[in-house]
Amino acid sequence: MSENKSRRGFIAASTAALAGLTLAPGIRLVEIASAKPDNEPVTSKVRWGMLIDTSRCQSGCTDCVTACGKENGLGEVKKPRTDAQWIRKIDLKELKSGHALSLPMMCQHCAHPPCVDVCPTGASFKRADGIVLVDRHICIGCRYCMMACPYKVRSFVHEPHTDQNPEVPRGQGCVEGCTLCVHRVDRGGTPACVEACAAAGHNAMLFGDLNDPESAIAKRIREVKTTQVRADLKLDLGVRYEGI
Amino acid sequence: MKAIVIAVLWGLTFAAAHAAEPGRTPLPAIAIEKPGQCVEPKELMRRDHMKLLQHQRDKTMHQGIRTKKHSLNECIACHAGQKTGTVLGKDGFCQSCHEYAAVKLDCWDCHQPKPGQKTAGAKP
Amino acid sequence: MASASYVETQSRPAAFWGLLVLGGLFMLAAFAAFLHFEHSGHVVTGMDNQIVWGMPHVFAVFLIVAASGVLNVASIGSVFGKPAYKARAPLSGLLALAMMAGGLAVLAADLGRPDRLIVAMTHFNFKSIFALNMMFYSGFFVIVAAYLVTMMDRSLNPYSKVLGFLAFFWRLALTTATGSIFGFLIARNAYGSALLAPMFIIYSFAYGLAAFLIVQGSMYAWNNLKLDERILARMKNLLAVFVGAALYFTVVMHLTGLYFAKQEAYERFLLLDGGMYTAAFWLGQIVLGGIIPLVLIFAPGATQARVIAASVLVVLGGLAQMFVTIVGGQAYPLELFPGYAVSSTFQDGVVNSYAPVLGEFALGFGGIALAFLVTVVAVRVLHFLPQDDFAKLNAED
Repeated sequence: MSENKSRRGFIAASTAALAGLTLAPGIRLVEIASAKPDNEPVTSKVRWGMLIDTSRCQSGCTDCVTACGKENGLGEVKKPRTDAQWIRKIDLKELKSGHALSLPMMCQHCAHPPCVDVCPTGASFKRADGIVLVDRHICIGCRYCMMACPYKVRSFVHEPHTDQNPEVPRGQGCVEGCTLCVHRVDRGGTPACVEACAAAGHNAMLFGDLNDPESAIAKRIREVKTTQVRADLKLDLGVRYEGI
Repeated sequence: MKAIVIAVLWGLTFAAAHAAEPGRTPLPAIAIEKPGQCVEPKELMRRDHMKLLQHQRDKTMHQGIRTKKHSLNECIACHAGQKTGTVLGKDGFCQSCHEYAAVKLDCWDCHQPKPGQKTAGAKP
Repeated sequence: MASASYVETQSRPAAFWGLLVLGGLFMLAAFAAFLHFEHSGHVVTGMDNQIVWGMPHVFAVFLIVAASGVLNVASIGSVFGKPAYKARAPLSGLLALAMMAGGLAVLAADLGRPDRLIVAMTHFNFKSIFALNMMFYSGFFVIVAAYLVTMMDRSLNPYSKVLGFLAFFWRLALTTATGSIFGFLIARNAYGSALLAPMFIIYSFAYGLAAFLIVQGSMYAWNNLKLDERILARMKNLLAVFVGAALYFTVVMHLTGLYFAKQEAYERFLLLDGGMYTAAFWLGQIVLGGIIPLVLIFAPGATQARVIAASVLVVLGGLAQMFVTIVGGQAYPLELFPGYAVSSTFQDGVVNSYAPVLGEFALGFGGIALAFLVTVVAVRVLHFLPQDDFAKLNAED
């Protein structure tokens, strides 16, 4: 318990410190979103998104992956074939130029998610604020969403589990994927990966409200060239990349 | 023939006598270890807790409503056994009653039956 | 009266019980595999996060597609009014129900949460082609069962034509939807083509008729009967047309792929470098399931045995085709970043391997065993053996 307390304290302090860090006047690295009251439903006024600056993302660094595993009770990847991986690092090398880069890949939180279209029961759904989730209560484990996802960011839970984080229920036989740490976001927090990236000083991940023109992420997207992966599919992604 | 009837009758009486004995009938262990009031009246909880939980579940899942009153995690926080630290197990608050009523519980395929730490990223 | 007399099918009780035991053993093995998978999780199967649909789906989709195709025999009888096929309509309807049940059972047994099957029937996402399929499947049972009753109950005979039409259109819609399960996937190179729907219909014609010929041949052999030469000739030629059409669609599909630059790498993988997928395509789907059956059918002096051999090969080729379509389609890596070489802990950029375990085959064969048992019992207790009206046949000639 004391360990938890100290961890919380550390994160609170580091978040507060980061809040003061600015890239340029008016642009904060970590956006501290105002928390919505617990009893109010999320609305489509907000569209949560993420911007990943690949120039700041180092090959070999897995801070975001580790943080995700810890936060969501996934643990370390021991069986790469069957263990759940909500976020993974991809190393890229351009075939012609040899230009190398590294980036995290996770659920892109599409505005038009193919996984939601194909799900027979409606377990795969998109929240009003753009977060794409799996309602495990009605997921039958057919894995059609995994066939449909162009980014293969979903995992099937292949084994029974007992070590869940109480706030992130997960169990055998359902499909799951990045929730954008919805349990934290609903309280005004940021996803664990973004926090870890900032805490380590990399600052490669920016989280915020794409719909708010004043948000750091919206401003940055206006200023620099950003890419949506497989933009040809026109899925209108919530996760954007810089420097591809 | 007579002997059989007597044997059967004797057997029935024996069984009935033992059933009436306290401790022989497997009643659920409803141990409320923490003092205080539940979020709703006891009668309502006994009858309708599943409706409340399901209602809350859908609101949390789809609308992000995270009020504590009917949240499963709050139930666990209060009702987990002091010694076992869980709502499951032979005398666990959820399991013992559900076993008695023969109603399958599948909450725990995914949910954590032990009260745990709050997430680190919650707003300070 | 030239119609064949009713043939006693209650013969050879020992052999009959032997068949039931055989089917039962396969069902038992499938049930054991099901319990094992559900208890330990899919980690004990060969499927993983890359190959999410494996052997059970190969068998399940094959059975479902063949089930809709086998009904074609009845449709030719009732919709197109051919007496030789009309005599076979009840058996065709029975096989359609039995194979559909087998396929769906396998599909359900492989779910991550089969205990929530009821959820799949109470929560519908109407935009999902998979949900639509479930409605088509349920409707298929109702319509085909009603069609069977109208055919077998003389007093209801007048309704059988209408129901025959309904069943025909329903099964076309159903197979369209089944093909579209893959056709509507935008993500992967192997899928996302409107051609998949008509191609699955053609496949279903071939697989269904092949399955029908196998069952019909076994029933005739059981009763020491010989199928009329003319009927055999017609049915084998029809099978050849279907097998040829299936080959044609396959060729067109891959020619299109070869023409589109973005599909070239995938076509190269499937047709040349794909290892077991390439082998399954060329040897299984094309040679075994296409060319050899055509040779067997068209070589002079085709006998009943040879037609059945051709049919068995078409079925094997069909399973190979499903393997290529379903597993091969997933094995080829998704291309997220064109022009880049990629690597990750999640098998990005690599061809995914798949080594099915015995249990997956057991599950698949369990579906076939279910269809087999339903058929064996039904033909034993009811009159499903084709009763040809030779007067009409002679008049037609």
